[in-house]
Amino acid sequence: MSATTSGTLLDTARHIATTVAGLHADAVDREARFPQEAMAALRAERMLSAAVPRDLGGMGATIGEIAGVCETLGRACASTAMIFAMHQINVVCLLRHRGSAAYFHEYLSHLAQHQCLIASATSELGVGGDLRRSVCAVEPDGGRVRIVKHAPVISYGEEADDVLLTARRAPDAAPADQVLVLVRKADTHLTAVGNWDTLGMRGTRSLGFRLEASALPDQVVAVPFADIASHTMLPVSHVLWSSLWLGLVSDAVGRARAFVRAEARRSPGVTPPGALRLAETVVELDTMRATVHRGLDEFERHQDDIEELSGFGFALRMNNLKVAASRMAPEIVARALGVCGVSGYRCDSPYSLGRHLRDAHSAALMISNDRVLAANASMLLLHRDE
Amino acid sequence: MHPQDDHVSATGGWQQDTITAEIRAILRAHARLAIDAAALSDDADLYQAGLTSHASVSLMLALEDRFDVEFPERMLRRGAFASIASIRSGLTELLGAS
Repeated sequence: MSATTSGTLLDTARHIATTVAGLHADAVDREARFPQEAMAALRAERMLSAAVPRDLGGMGATIGEIAGVCETLGRACASTAMIFAMHQINVVCLLRHRGSAAYFHEYLSHLAQHQCLIASATSELGVGGDLRRSVCAVEPDGGRVRIVKHAPVISYGEEADDVLLTARRAPDAAPADQVLVLVRKADTHLTAVGNWDTLGMRGTRSLGFRLEASALPDQVVAVPFADIASHTMLPVSHVLWSSLWLGLVSDAVGRARAFVRAEARRSPGVTPPGALRLAETVVELDTMRATVHRGLDEFERHQDDIEELSGFGFALRMNNLKVAASRMAPEIVARALGVCGVSGYRCDSPYSLGRHLRDAHSAALMISNDRVLAANASMLLLHRDE
Repeated sequence: MHPQDDHVSATGGWQQDTITAEIRAILRAHARLAIDAAALSDDADLYQAGLTSHASVSLMLALEDRFDVEFPERMLRRGAFASIASIRSGLTELLGAS
């Protein structure tokens, strides 16, 4: 992709971030509602198919370019950025693992034409938050298949067009013998369970659902989910989530910087007391940025190398990115709050940081850091490099 | 039984049959499969037989301990432990090199 096109994608993201997503971010947060304005703007600019190849009607954007969009949207509205990121993760899983399946070829072209939004249903009641185990199974049903899943969380499940879910390959398959299935809204019945009234990321509308879907056998991705998870879903999630957290944190630090500058203007010639604290905060922000960019670079360098993607070393480095970025995010926002003081604490000031702080605390929970660290602890028993 | 007492071959004293029997014994003790390891063919997919990523780490550690080898980074991946045959092939390579 040329630099010019890449510039256009990022420019479009900036435009949507500042003129749409940012304007509604506080209302989306306050009302815990779907960021419909920003999502409509992304659809209008055909951003939902950004990663889809050009010959299928998309923009052929790289993961780096998608990460740039996530960061840009994250500066304005983290819920919008998270919905965008999750959708792109699903698209990229289909793109990278569809093989020569005609169904997915046509689906991706349909997605580009109609700007379909894909939600994912990977979590399930009864597996204790383990992505790599399922209770529900792909059950034969005449010439079709049927899946019934109790999902404690499906982000924007009500607003999505289609759902990508995990299930055991067959009714007699082991819990870890999973496949990925794309189910379409018209063939899916969702019954919402509970509501989504959380500390942060309130616009993602991550309600629980009982999902019942019917699909063609062709809608099951042939490649084992184990490979999709380690080669694509987990690393791309860590890269895109970290990028949007970086955007969120950058905006918080930007507010702290604006606060210090306003202080400095009020008393010319005197360095404001918050300036030193801001300098410390910027050190942390730079470290976070380096961590996120290194993780992105790691994925982009190895994305077509199956051997490398399958190794413990790669999995450990991508998990480290997730844990590091998710720990830094709330810490840096808290530092920015320390710079702004009461002005940051207020919910009605231009330096307000409440939403940023609450959104940032979701980072450690999205695939809980304890689970990621437990996986690393287990791999480190064998891994010897570094 | 100590296979080292048996015929010495290119695989550091281990015979292929003994290696296979040891792998099955270790699978039974550490892999927590849904199926008895004795009933598995050499080419059966262990992940489909219920091997989880967590149990696969226990399996790898037990194999390293039993055969006194260290799996190099390039072997620390799903595919290398997908069947009895693939485990045996990895072990044979490491034992032969030692």
